[in-house]
Amino acid sequence: MNEQDTRSLLEIADDELILGWRDSEWTGIAPLLEEDVAFSSIAQNEIGHARALYELVAREQGTTADELAFDRAPDEYRCSTLVERRFLDWEKTIARHYLYEEADAKRLEELKQSGDAEVAGLAAKIDREEAYHRIHAQMWFDRLKDEPRFTAALDELRPLLDAGREEHSAELAELWEEMTMVRRSQPAGTRW
Amino acid sequence: MIYEVFRQERKGQPFQHAGSLEAANHDFAETYAKEFYGRRGESEALWIVPREAIMEAEDFVDELNRNYHRVDGYSLKEKLKEARERAGHALVARDR
Repeated sequence: MNEQDTRSLLEIADDELILGWRDSEWTGIAPLLEEDVAFSSIAQNEIGHARALYELVAREQGTTADELAFDRAPDEYRCSTLVERRFLDWEKTIARHYLYEEADAKRLEELKQSGDAEVAGLAAKIDREEAYHRIHAQMWFDRLKDEPRFTAALDELRPLLDAGREEHSAELAELWEEMTMVRRSQPAGTRW
Repeated sequence: MIYEVFRQERKGQPFQHAGSLEAANHDFAETYAKEFYGRRGESEALWIVPREAIMEAEDFVDELNRNYHRVDGYSLKEKLKEARERAGHALVARDR
């Protein structure tokens, strides 16, 4: 695996982990019960993708998926600021979901062309599940596309797609505090 | 809108009622139905039907009390067995 592949895999893994976390915050409080189940399932898929990607990178770097996911400092994460934001309104959540899936489809398509068979294979496997997420995102887009509150959310969030991965919001640090709390509360190497 | 979902577990098997769900339109209903009843390989196919499209018939009045039209309680198996036995005897008798 080349340097570029490792970097992209880590970027995607961080995006999926953080977005999976944010999406999971809707479990139990989504506007409709049916949507609650569907969106929670999407959140869980994203975290599953993160796990598979971290495992590939971890093997390359001689570490473990858990260490990559939870033992780095917040400023070492390579996720986009788009996924870090904490939203309590559904239209922004769906706008992010739509923008993210659109961008994610493009980079997965590139990754599927990777010369590394394992990378290409994992990208293809992830993409098969993302296809379902895209149908879900498109369905909500079609439903809300004429709602000003939704188009305003799209306009607000779209620039975050190109905002870079070096600077992170304070919201990521807060999320990281909670996400890693259990691991940090125990001595390193504790077995669960 | 409420939708009723029927699932077929294996090819060739009849569709059976799986449950119902609430969705804003057909697209949402399809997505949710796949999510709840199909995404983990538990179904071969789904029928997703708006509840209002289902015609229900449940009052089967027998005003003239013509219960001799009914076949319930009439065991064909027993009658067939008897008929076969009779036929068997007849066969034996003729051969003799």
